[in-house]
Amino acid sequence: MAKRVAIVGTGQTFHKSHRPDVNGQELINEAVLRALADADLKMKDIDAIVIGNMDHFEGINYVDCWSVDGSGGTMKPIIKLTTGGTTGCTVAIGGYHLVGSGMFDKVLIIGWEKNSESDTTGAITTAFDPVWDRLVFAGAISGLAAEAQAYIARYGASERDGARVSVRDRKHAMNNPHAQLRKEVSLEEVLASPMLADPIHLLDVCPRSDGACAVIMASEDIAEKICPKPDWIWATASRHSYSYLGDADYGRLTSMREGSQELWKKAGIREPRKELDVIELYQPYSFGGLIWIEDMGIVGPGEAPQYIWDGNTDMGGELPINPSGGVIATNPIGATGLIRCAEATMQVMGKAQGRQVPDVNFAFSSGFGGCWWTDMILHGNKKPN
Amino acid sequence: MTQNENIIIESGDAIQPFAYSVGMHGSKFFTELRDNRRFMAIKCPKCKKVYMPPRGVCGDCFVEMKDWVEVGPKGIISTFTILRFAFIDPETGAQKPVPYGYGFIKFDGADTLFQHYINVKDETRIRIGARVEPVFSKDRKGSIRDIEYFKVID
Repeated sequence: MAKRVAIVGTGQTFHKSHRPDVNGQELINEAVLRALADADLKMKDIDAIVIGNMDHFEGINYVDCWSVDGSGGTMKPIIKLTTGGTTGCTVAIGGYHLVGSGMFDKVLIIGWEKNSESDTTGAITTAFDPVWDRLVFAGAISGLAAEAQAYIARYGASERDGARVSVRDRKHAMNNPHAQLRKEVSLEEVLASPMLADPIHLLDVCPRSDGACAVIMASEDIAEKICPKPDWIWATASRHSYSYLGDADYGRLTSMREGSQELWKKAGIREPRKELDVIELYQPYSFGGLIWIEDMGIVGPGEAPQYIWDGNTDMGGELPINPSGGVIATNPIGATGLIRCAEATMQVMGKAQGRQVPDVNFAFSSGFGGCWWTDMILHGNKKPN
Repeated sequence: MTQNENIIIESGDAIQPFAYSVGMHGSKFFTELRDNRRFMAIKCPKCKKVYMPPRGVCGDCFVEMKDWVEVGPKGIISTFTILRFAFIDPETGAQKPVPYGYGFIKFDGADTLFQHYINVKDETRIRIGARVEPVFSKDRKGSIRDIEYFKVID
């Protein structure tokens, strides 16, 4: 009884560094109402809800229960999924499983975070092993810096190569009214910004944001009745491995390599570079935009810098990456992966307005977690076979 | 209350109630470190990978590991960063002293990496591939802090 699944509506907040005008439930509600309006559905039409954030950021543990006024979950089946940075993509994959199982026709998926309400670096650090990891770990930036340093040493890349990715994403964010940071920067400005952790400069990394995103999925029985041009989910993949931070292969993202190979196989994609039309990558820092597209097989190991310098991933290029401005412009962590999904959906539906890539057949969205996890979704404008 | 005031939730002088077990593998590691300044790792019988820190199961093969292997104490910097931004250490509630070197050390004989401080007195000597050795604490208690830091020796 497995069903094909499509996304029929999306909604997101206008993301800011600080939203003292709303509490968490109210922030969630903004995204939910926008998604319902986009799909032209009412709350009574929703059969189940999947919600997630990185719960110890705000210190609110029973988010699934606590948020019902905002989510619309009162007396509905609701589950919380929390997987760190990958949460936003994981909730989408969870919703896909619920609808695909045939047990629910219409599922509302929510990701949110109010990073302004706590200490993000402290919270991320305490997500790691207390005995072996915490002494020297310093939140997301420290692990990412170690990855970038290893990549640079292995492939001869430079800080300028990373900066070029940041320049791209920050330029793309100018087209997205929902983005938090909308200011173009030059290569020189990135390289002159303070060094946070070698080789990462301030303008190489994402901010912390308050924001929420909601997506509605429907089964093939009703998707096209709700939405004339739904975004079909072709495949998902998820790879999580973490015992200790020292177990990773620094300089390569193994979870991305293995997950994307599964994705291409499931969908029959042979040349992702040619067959994908747009990518919304959970890329919290610039060097990830180099390393991880190599692990996806878009280009070979060490080839990403030249590919990006040649403009291939800019708007109008061969394969635009992060038309929304990506994570470097907006990062409400539990929502961040779901925003990638929603942006990919908007690209497939042709609703991305000023950041629309023409004629999107296939879009890719992903989630990333600081323990070197990757979740991913392949979106398409045609119903899968 | 003005608009800029936040609700502050404090724990005052309260002590955190966490009391983590390190398990039998962690216990052996810390006992050897404290008493003999030796680094004990463990080898997978199937894939032969030598794990540091030691643990009971090889996640890749999902088999129990029993073969202890002494590694180090010297090794190389596999990757590293130098932390330069100020942040509050959630372990202490105080600002972490920066800059500090964050090293992923590959002990001689080990396959996975051990995280610890790298002395940054001379930053120019810190590079991937540089050989390092541990500087032990004088007063060792059986914790990760029984090593003060690693220093570059080449």
